This record gives sequence, C-alpha cells and structure tokens, in this order.
Amino acid sequence: MAASTETADQVRAFTEKEYEYGFTTDIESEVAPKGLNEDIIRFISAKKEEPEWLLEWRLRAFQAWKAMEEPHWPALTYGPIDYQDAHYYAAPKMKAKPKSLDEVDPELLKTYAKLGIPLKEQAILAGVEGTEGQSPAVAVDAVFDSVSVATTYKAKLEEMGIIFCAISEAVHKCPELVRKYLGSVVPYTDNFFATLNSAVFTDGSFVYIPKGVRCPMELSTYFRINQANTGQFERTLIIADEGSYVSYLEGCTAPKRDENQLHAAVVELVALDNATIKYSTVQNWYPGDENGVGGIYNFVTKRGACRGVNSKISWTQVETGSAITWKYPSCILQGDNSVGEFYSVAITNNRQQADTGTKMIHIGRNTRSTIVSKGISAGKAQQTYRGLVKILPKAEGARNHTQCDSLLIGDQCGAHTVPYIESRNRSARIEHEATTAKISEDQLFYCRQRGLAEEDAVSLIVNGFCKEVLKELPMEFAVEAQKLVGISLEGSVG
Amino acid sequence: MTSTHSPRRGDPVPAQPYLEQYDRVKAELPGAALSWVRDLRELGRSRFAELGFPTAKVEAWKYTSLKSLEKVAFQPARPAAAGVHFDVLPHVGTGPRLVFVDGFFRADLSSTAGVPAGVELSGLAETLSRNPDLVGEHLGRLAVSDEQRFVALNTAFLADGAVVRIGRGVEVAEPIELVFVSLGSDDGAVAFHPRTLLIAEPQSKATVIEHHVGLGIGATFANHVAEAYVGEGAILRHYKVQREGAEAFHLSNSVAKVGKDACYDNFILTTGARLARSEVRVALGLGSSCNVNGAYMIGGHQHCDTTTVIEHKEPHGTSREVYKGAIDDHGRAVFQGKIVVHPGAQKTDGHQLNRALLLSDTAEIDAKPELEIYADDVKCSHGATAGELADEALFYLRARGIPKDEARALLIGAFLAEALDEIPDETVREAFHGFVTGWLGTR
Repeated sequence: MAASTETADQVRAFTEKEYEYGFTTDIESEVAPKGLNEDIIRFISAKKEEPEWLLEWRLRAFQAWKAMEEPHWPALTYGPIDYQDAHYYAAPKMKAKPKSLDEVDPELLKTYAKLGIPLKEQAILAGVEGTEGQSPAVAVDAVFDSVSVATTYKAKLEEMGIIFCAISEAVHKCPELVRKYLGSVVPYTDNFFATLNSAVFTDGSFVYIPKGVRCPMELSTYFRINQANTGQFERTLIIADEGSYVSYLEGCTAPKRDENQLHAAVVELVALDNATIKYSTVQNWYPGDENGVGGIYNFVTKRGACRGVNSKISWTQVETGSAITWKYPSCILQGDNSVGEFYSVAITNNRQQADTGTKMIHIGRNTRSTIVSKGISAGKAQQTYRGLVKILPKAEGARNHTQCDSLLIGDQCGAHTVPYIESRNRSARIEHEATTAKISEDQLFYCRQRGLAEEDAVSLIVNGFCKEVLKELPMEFAVEAQKLVGISLEGSVG
Repeated sequence: MTSTHSPRRGDPVPAQPYLEQYDRVKAELPGAALSWVRDLRELGRSRFAELGFPTAKVEAWKYTSLKSLEKVAFQPARPAAAGVHFDVLPHVGTGPRLVFVDGFFRADLSSTAGVPAGVELSGLAETLSRNPDLVGEHLGRLAVSDEQRFVALNTAFLADGAVVRIGRGVEVAEPIELVFVSLGSDDGAVAFHPRTLLIAEPQSKATVIEHHVGLGIGATFANHVAEAYVGEGAILRHYKVQREGAEAFHLSNSVAKVGKDACYDNFILTTGARLARSEVRVALGLGSSCNVNGAYMIGGHQHCDTTTVIEHKEPHGTSREVYKGAIDDHGRAVFQGKIVVHPGAQKTDGHQLNRALLLSDTAEIDAKPELEIYADDVKCSHGATAGELADEALFYLRARGIPKDEARALLIGAFLAEALDEIPDETVREAFHGFVTGWLGTR
C-alpha cells in the first residue's frame, strides 16, 4: 500500500501546488468590472462586435434570468454563489505563465506522462506561455506540431464545406445559421444556468456539416482556435445537415487549470434527416482538495435534437473532475426512427459531488434510445444518476433500454439512482435496470493473488466495469480515459 | 446557505375546510379528555395547516394531482344510518373480523368469536375511551405528522380504527380481517380517517387482511393510516385489498417498524377507487426482512398511485419488492419505489421490480424507482418495464383456438400472477387470484 499512498500524495500535492500559482490580475488585460448587469452584457457584445439581434437575445436572457431561482432540487450541497462577485469578461492574456515546460510543476508533468500526452500538448495544457491560440510554439521537442496540424486540417475541412470555428467568428461568417439554430434546442429561458450562459457566454465552438458530408476526422477542442478562457461560459452549437456525420470531442483527460469556479456551459446539437452526431466528452476540471475546498462547479446544459428522420445523436461522457457536476446530456427524438444514446462514466472521489444523467424524450415513431450509466463513488463523494425516459402518445413502437450501475468504494460515499419513466404509448417498450454493489472481494482477491497491487487491481476491475462506455469513445480518447479512471481512484482503497 | 432541500410547502387554501371542521369536532372526539391525545391531534392539525394539499411542485406528488379531491366539499362522516348487510362483507378465511363503516367500528357486524388467547382485537375509539394506556405507547409513534401531510390530517381527526395486538410468542393461524366499508351518504360527500394499530410482539406470527370496499352511493374520502410494530423475531403479514367504488378517493399510509430478525410482508391489491394512493414505509432493523409487493388493475379514468419507501437502517437487512399492474382505458398508474440504505447498514440486500402492462392507447404509466445508498457493502437493484401484451403470445393462444378476449385475460392474469405468487399463504393467495379473475371478467 505504501506505493499507492505515495502516488495519492503526489496527485494531491500536484493538485494543491498547481493552484498555488494564483493568477494575478495586474497583468495588462481587459477585464470587465466585477458584477453582472446590462452594461456588462453590452460590453461583452460590443467587444465581440456582435449584431444587434444577438445583443437583444442576450438581454432578453438576462431579463429572464433575473426572475429565476437557482435550482436546489439536485442532491448537491454547496455554499452560495455570488453572481455579482465575478468577472464576466476577461481578455485571454491575463495569466502569468510559465515560460517553458522546465518551469512547470514536475508533478503535473508526471501526471501528463502517465496519461501519455504528447509534449506539445502538455505545454498547452500546462498553460505555457505562447501556446495559446496560434502563437508560435515554445522550444520543445514536439512530436507533432498541433498548430500546423490544425491549420492543415482546417484547410481540408473548408474544402468540404465544413464550418468549424469559434462561435463568435461564426456570428460574422454565417450569421443566418447561427441565428436560426442558436437557442433552438436550449431556449434562453430553459433553466437558471443555461439562461445565465445565454446572457453572458463568451465563446465556444460552432460546427456545421453540409448535406451528405461525412466529416473525415474527429473534431476536437485540441485543434480549436481561440480556446483560451472560453471555459467558463462556453457555448457550443453543432448542426449536422441531411445525411451528414460528425464526431466531436470535447475536453481532455489531463487535469486542467482554471481560476473560474463557476462553469455554466451550453451545448446544442441539431441533427437533420439521416444525420449522425457523436459527441464525446472527457471532463477533468479541478475537483478541489480532499476536504472539498476549491474545485470547479460545473453546471452544464447539453441537449440534442434529432429533428430529422433516421437521425442519431450519441453522447459519451467520462466525468472525473469538478467539485460539483450537474449535467444531463439529453436527446429530443422528434424525427421518426431517430436514435438517442447516452453512455456515461462518472467517477467521484474525496468530496466530489455529481448529479448527472440524461433525458430521452420520444416524440416520433419507432424512436429508440439506449442509456448506459456507470457511476463510481469513492471516499466521501456523493453521486446521483437522474434520468428521464418519456414516451409521448404518438411515439408508436418506441423503445428504450436503460442500464445504470453504481460501484461503491469505501463506506462513507453514496450512490443514488433516480430514474423517471413515463409512458403514454402502449406499443412502447421500456426496460430499466439499476444495480449498486461494491467491488467484489473475490475479484480483488483473484487479482491480488496474481501479483497485482491492490490499486492496480481496483483500476483493472473498474475499467472492466466501465468498458461498455469506454469502448464508445474514439480510439485515442479511450486509451487516455482508461488511465484516467485508474488515476482518479488513486488513494481510494486500502 | 446550503442547497439542502427546504421542504416545499403545499397549498393551504383547500386545506382550510378540514381545519375548520376539526376545530368544530375536536371536543367530541374520543379521548379528548386526555392531554396526550389532544396534543397528538393538535400537532397533526398544525402540520396539515402548514403542509396543506400538495401542489404539482411537490416532488413526492409529481404524478398525482389531488385537484379532483380538493373540489369536493367533504364533511366529516357520521355513524351510518343506512344498514349494511352482513352477507356482502368480504371474508377470505374463517377467523375473526372487525368491520368499520365510514370509519366507525361496528361491533354488530364484527365477529370476534374464536379469537385465540394472547390476541387482543378492539376498536380504537372504544380503546381510547376505556383503556387508553393500551395504545398510548404506540399510537402516533411510527406514523408521525412531520412530513406526511395526510398522516397529519389523519392524526388531527384520529378517532376510530382497529387495534390488533398479538401477544409474545403467539401464533395465529387464521387471518385476522379488517373490513372498511365506504358507504357514503345521500346528504353529501363524507370523509373519514381511520387509524389502524398492529402490534406483533416478539416471536409472534399473524396475518392481517384489510378489505376496503365501497357499498354505498356518493363520494367518499378515506384517509387511512396503519402503524405496524413488528417485534423481535416476529412475522407479520399485512395484506390489503382495495375495491372501493367509482366515486371513492382512497389515500393510505402504512408505516412499519421491523425489529431484529423479524419479518414484515405487505401486499396491496388495487382494483378500486377513482383516485387511490397507497404509501408503504418500512424501516428495517438488524437482520430483518420485508416483502413489499402488490398488483393493480385499473381502467376507466382511474388513477392508482403506489409509493413505497424501504429503509435499511441496520446491517444484514433483506428487502424484496415486486409490483405489477395492468392499465386499461384512460387509467393512469404511478409507481414510486425507493430503497434507502443508511450509513452503516452493511450487508444489505435489496431488490425491487416494477412492471406495467398498458392495455389501451390512452393508458399511462409513470414510474420512479429510486435507490439511495450510503453504505458500500450492499447488493441493491431495481428493474422497471412498461409495455403491451406480446403479439406473439396472443397469436400463439389464438392459433390454438382460444378466443381473443379469453387469450388476453389469460395473458394478463399470468402477468399479474408473478406478484400474487409472492403471497405465501395458499388460502389468501387463491382468494387474491379470485379478485384478479373477477376484475378480468369485467373487461
């Protein structure tokens, strides 16, 4: 056990240390004054040179938000959030950054190495100066240069008519698309956090796949331009036109630093006739220390609309970070024969809390949905699966299968399952199964007997437990995610 | 400020007439001279005044609206003037039977002959007047007014009901039957709030069957509360058949506390009432077990809500739950089942299954099976399904010359049997199968 305790200490040390950096605000930067009011929203909109309609939309959202109450129904406990005590706009260049990888905390690099992240990406993740945006690379022996890769890929995508850019850029580049679809899946009045996002969102990704085009590569935030500082109120909009296909990756496996405690992102997906969108997320924001101090509050609204016939939206998520996760990637299955999928692994350790799940709303005929949720709770963490399967009267022949499994590690954590099942069509078939158990002593003993350290054995068993979900991830993500599962649980046994 | 859920308040306005009625009748209620009974009722009144009727925003009442109940001006029931014929009262076994009409105990219709030694059976009102100490230790201890608004309402109006006490080590072979008749009145809608107290002392064994039937005309609102104490090593089987009339509102709260190594069985069969909600709450002690099962069959515009909470409070508890239902016409069924494993309740084994069969295009099922687990060395699971009769099975039977309606009835009966077969006592099981067959015959 000594070795594992050591690793746990290292991980802890690095998480603590990392945040000692304490980003200073006296660097030349354009920061909006603290607080949230119409002027701030006008300021954000003006900074981005947004058209009038978008400003009005933001302002309407802000009006709606003022009348809303923060939801308290999730099984989450946290202190009050002072929405006036935050900056809602900060230009990207405000951070004191390490000059090269040599200055980066070696523990952080160790973790990156464990995850097998290429050097160049390590530099970007660690926030090394000059790696943000399109700036020239620092002097490291990069295995490949992601900036040039990004440029090459961009050219290729443009050739195919695919639009992949920052949403603030898309507002100028293809305003009619943005205007048509922005808020069409998650309206600005949707919920407290989505409404806040609508009022103050700073940036995010925009993807449009034209008719009949199969996007030849995984679109990833790795290659995204203007990525810095978009994390807090990110807004993503993906439209897959008739017969198209796209796979989108969000986040990364490495622990990411961010000084903003509150995150409220919105992701909207629209799939038209015969289109498929595959959206994969690995979320590993700072979870706070073992006593639950610090850590990101992650309140995310993700929703996809299968508008067309035979359309498909598939969500895959690996949630290991954040002090608080509140997230229900959902599918509205409007088109006949449309398909919704939700594959999730959520790991909570120490004092982390996660309330996550999905909603599958069956509207069209022969719509199908699959939900596979694997929750692992360790330490003093609390985790809840909360889901809704709703079959409306016209959803003839709808089909749902749900499998929710929870694994408990330690006697002070909790795992809860709260599914809602509503059926108003007799031809619909719904099956829901949920189990909760701990890692079997027999399995553990078997592994230990064959010479595996307890921690490795747990990692192996948990990976097996999550396999159904991890196999849905794109290849390069899947490998990293497997390692991440092990790392996230370090220090949780013994 | 933390985001712990502040209890959502209901709508106090529809509650107002009940509060006024209570203030009018409280001095006449049995046991009003006793301060502890008065205090209990006052607490019930004040909690109901605070909680009121549930609004759609109250999570526990998300799927069941009481708007139709709120609209009816119910008056507290009076002892029935109309007669009830002895022969129409259900009787599964040959054991003792207590009969209640609109909540009032009717000694003339009851039969307590042949009550075995060590068993006490009586009406609650009578007990409160003559021998209140017999129930003082138990009454209102399990079903507390705190968060359960209709327990609070029942407690305010607490007057009559059944008291069943099985002495230490006594085993009763024949089921003890409690018949609650909703008769109603020509003068308008009536409400009553019966309270049942079941006390199974250590090492005892008994079966109690509650029958709820509607015999009269006019709307009735029966708001039942049953408290079941299952002592160490005791076995208590607590069954209920609810076949109230088409204008009946039926709410019930059964709360059980199961002692060390004891066993509590609950089974609810529902075919009646316009709107029914049966809540079962079981708290399991060390090494104890419970079976919380049931079946429902509804049609017309019936609404049937089953809400159960099984709490594993100590280690080595076992719980099993099987609920099955068939919903026809515009019927709507709600199933909310929760298993809670408290910190330290290691080695808990809890399973729940809930399956619904939709028989028409306008039927609806809303299910919310829930697991809330705070201990790690546990095995818990739940399963839920919803669907229609399998075409293949129907075809198979019809291909063998069985007429369509008969084939359907056969398949529905077989579907529900999975729950009924959980009843260990053969006489009771057969009688319950009979109720199912009776319902299928009306389709």
